[in-house]
Parts: sequence; C-alpha cells; structure tokens
Amino acid sequence: MLSSLTIAQAHTKLSKKEISCEELTRACIERIESVDTALNSVVHRNFERALEEAKNIDSNGEFPHPLTGIPYLTKDVYCEEGIPTTACSNILRNKDYVPPFDSTTTERLKAVGAVSLGKTNTDEFTMGASTESSCYGVTRCPWDTTRVAGGSSGGSAAAVAADACLFALGTDTGGSIRQPAGFCGCTGLRVTYGRTSRYGVMSMASSLDTIGPLGKTVEDVAMILGTIAGKDPKDVTTGSLPVPDYRKALTKDVKGLRIGVPKEYFIEGIDPQVEEHVRSAIAVFEKLGAVTREITLPHTKYAVAAYYIIVPSEVSSNMARYDGIRFGHSEKAADLVDYYHAVRSAGFGDEVKRRIMIGTYALSAGYYDAYYRHAQKVRTLIRRDFEEAFKEVDVILAPVSPTPAFLVGAHTDDPVAMYLEDVFTISQPLAGITALSIPCGMSKENLPIGLQIMGNQWGEETVLRAGHAYEQATEWHTLTPQL
Amino acid sequence: MALSPTDVRHIAKLARLTLSDAQVTKFAKELTSILDYVDVLKEVDTSAVEPTAQVTGACNVLREDAVEPSSAERAALLSTSPLPIVDNQIETPSAHG
Repeated sequence: MLSSLTIAQAHTKLSKKEISCEELTRACIERIESVDTALNSVVHRNFERALEEAKNIDSNGEFPHPLTGIPYLTKDVYCEEGIPTTACSNILRNKDYVPPFDSTTTERLKAVGAVSLGKTNTDEFTMGASTESSCYGVTRCPWDTTRVAGGSSGGSAAAVAADACLFALGTDTGGSIRQPAGFCGCTGLRVTYGRTSRYGVMSMASSLDTIGPLGKTVEDVAMILGTIAGKDPKDVTTGSLPVPDYRKALTKDVKGLRIGVPKEYFIEGIDPQVEEHVRSAIAVFEKLGAVTREITLPHTKYAVAAYYIIVPSEVSSNMARYDGIRFGHSEKAADLVDYYHAVRSAGFGDEVKRRIMIGTYALSAGYYDAYYRHAQKVRTLIRRDFEEAFKEVDVILAPVSPTPAFLVGAHTDDPVAMYLEDVFTISQPLAGITALSIPCGMSKENLPIGLQIMGNQWGEETVLRAGHAYEQATEWHTLTPQL
Repeated sequence: MALSPTDVRHIAKLARLTLSDAQVTKFAKELTSILDYVDVLKEVDTSAVEPTAQVTGACNVLREDAVEPSSAERAALLSTSPLPIVDNQIETPSAHG
C-alpha cells in the first residue's frame, strides 16, 4: 500500500519515477475512503484539487524538495485558501467558513509542492483531549474503535496511524499533538513556542498555542519541521534563530546524552503498563550509552490548575471574534447585543462555553489577581523548574499520558477528569519548551503507549536526535493497526 | 468556591451567552468543580514571584509603518460574512435596538 510509505521512502520512489505523485495521492484517497467510516478522522475532503495538483507535479516531473508531491492532511483550524475551515464548530460550520487566504504553514507547504488532501477532525476550537467535542462527532482510535484517538489533534493522529496520509499537521496547546500521537502510535512534535508561525491558524490560547507535525518516523517529522519552521513577519512571536537542517541532527548517537527522569511523572494513578514500557525505553537509552539520573520538577502538581486558569482566560478573549459578523453562523435578532447572544449561544458547544465562562470569571474585576495573575506566577515557578533541570540534563524522559487510549464517553460531563488526561503534557507549554511523543510499547489490550522526550527551549535537534536513536534501536514505530 | 445560578447567569451575560435554566444548573455544577480543582494553587506562595505572560522574551516587535499588500483582498474578506454587504460594509443589526 503506497500510503503506508514514509516521506523519506516516498521521496526516493517519486524521484526515481518508480511511482507517480498521482498514484501516491490516489492511494491516500482510497485509504481514506476505506477506513474513515470507522475512524471519522477527515472532516473536509479536498480530493479533486489534490489530484489536480498531483497531475501538475507529475507533468513537471521534478521533486526538488523532500516534501514535493507528498500528500498530507491538516487539522481543521489551519486556514487554507478556498478550503472549508471550521474548527469543527457549528459557529463556522453552518455557513462553511472558506478562508480567502492561507496560513503561513500551509503556504510554505504549498510552495514546496506538498499535496493537501483535506481537513482533520479536532475538538471544537482544539478544546479537549479526546476529539469528542467536535461538531462532526468523535474520531476513533485505529487500534480499537471503541476508544478515542485522543485530542485535540485526534483526526490527524488517527489518519497518520491508519496510513490515510503520509503526514499531518496538528496544534499543541497543552498536549494536543503529543497525546493523540501517543494514543494512536505515531510520532508527534510540540515545538518550542515561537519556532513555527501561528499566522492563519485559529487561536485557542495565544501564549501557549504551537503548530507542529505528526508523522510516521522521527526523520519525517524532522523534514517537515525544517520546512515549516522559522521567522514569520506575520507572527511577531516567532523567533529569528536560524532553522537548522534537522535531518543532519539525526546522528543515531546518544553516547553521553544526559537524561533526566522526573519523579513527579511516575505517580500513583498511572497505568502500571505505561510505567513499565517507559522505564524499558529509558533502559534502551542507557544501553545506547546515555546517562540517566532522577530529577525533580517540584511544581508539576500545580500545572493543570494553572493551565486551566490561563487557557480559559485567553480563550474568553480569543473567542470574542466569533460574533457572526465577519464570518460564520448567523441568526435573526432585534438588535446587536441580542445578535451576539443568539449567534454565540447557538454556535458554541459546551466545552467552549465552559472555558469562555471560566475565563470571563477569572478576568473579571475582583478576581483577576486571585486567579489569572496568581496562575501566571505559578507559571513562572514551573518554568524555573525546567530551567534548573536543564542545567543538569539534556533531555527529560517521561510518559505522554497516564493511560493508553480511553473509551469513548468515559469523561462525558466530567470536565476535571478530562483535564487530568493532560497531566503530563501541560507543564512543557507553560514553560515554552519542546517535547516529542514517540511509540514505546503496546499494552496487553494492544493499545500504543507513548514516550515523551522533552528538550529545552529551541532544543528540537536534541529531542529529535534522541527520538531517532531510540527508533533505530526498537520497532514500535513500525507497528500498524489492522483496519 | 461555589458558583450560584445567579453568578452563572451574570458571567454568561458578560460573555454574551444565553443559557436555559437547565444549562444554568449544569454549568453551575461543572464550573464549581473546575474552580474547586484550581483552588490547589492557593497552596503556592508566589509573593516574591513575577508573573509569566509570555515565554519568548521578545519585546516591542516593530515594523516599518508602510502599506503592504494583504494576503486577501477586501471583496474576498467581505464575502465570508453571513450578513448583507452594503457599500463595502457589513450591515449588522442595529446597535440601538
């Protein structure tokens, strides 16, 4: 099956004319058509335009960039010119929002000739850990369709794991790339805040949102990152550090790499199988010559609480733009204030409303210092934990999630239980650092288990090198679900 | 801290959301559970700590005050509105009732 190729393999075959871009694109389309009734990972199909682009690429016959002619899917929050982009929300779905412009990331991919196949499912405006809050319904885990694919980039992770595309784009605010990658058994990278441009990607919490890749191997993720990373004048929070050749960092050598194992990430409540597989992965690194030591990140237990003040506060502000005027859902109303009420009440789902209200409350007069400002100070302490740790170690290894994929409906109407699913993936965004999620085992129930490799700010080369070395020594990333 | 139905109605009004009575009851319970959970932050002494609003360290990123072509033109941007377009403007319901 051509759609199961990695980017690196497909690029070689395309360059040697062993396969055409049209064949590769058709293979992905056929795969989506055969598996997506069960998974519900793709919410807008862009097949005609994809095939047209593929034919153009074939007629040019040149594949100068590793991503030229490579079919991919994009989370439904990236604006793509002419393609419906709805954040899986009724507020943009009822009159499908069709952006008249491209996000910087999709523009950069377009410029090198990557082929966009369509949009993937997400929790509404990326708010969730299970893709259950999507207006299109849940995305299911390719390994067990009674379970969630994770979230919020659940559609992207499921599609990559099911070989429905060669790679996908996601967003990670509090784990939304890493956790679904862990649940579905693919590779996902949260970048350092500012490494990639957020321009044209619908915001959730602007001080934490990052956009990044999900792929089949660390090498593929490194190639995607090299293409999309870098300064963008349209997003002033992007850093001006030069973009290295991330593929060159994949030396397979981790001798002497200093690894920290934080005791706060191996706590009561974690599935023993998760701990067992993550500890085995750490042992693999030791065998490869890395040096491990236990470290402490003492403010870890406060991360989820600080996050669930800061994020809703930023959400309540960012969601103000969805007022039914410039885009989206519309209602009949007597006056403008009634119109805002009518549009927003009909258009937003429950989780979005919860976050808007918590944020409105936390930012309101009399509560700002006690909630928002206090949470921002706790954020400083969490950053300092990592600053101290990275004086002693190069990377930090931990689980991605406390359990493998959970059952659909397990946390319905228990928002705090859902928030705790992100317990291991929230500190890194608060600190602004990078972290990679790669497969490191299978549970007895045949569900993937994810290993998280955290690196310092701008430490993508180090985490990718570590992830690649592990991948070369193990075979977990080669396992594929039976669909 | 428990939020009463009156609190929830007030917050919803500030956020321009209309809630049914059943929703008020449901959200009062759920929002209270979230606020109870975040109460754990009270344990942390932050008296000598500066807040973190952003992590890049960037400060006052400026550009030349020059007109540049936009990534989308006026007509295309207006075309996404669900409301009537009159003289290149979006006609909204009246702000004065």
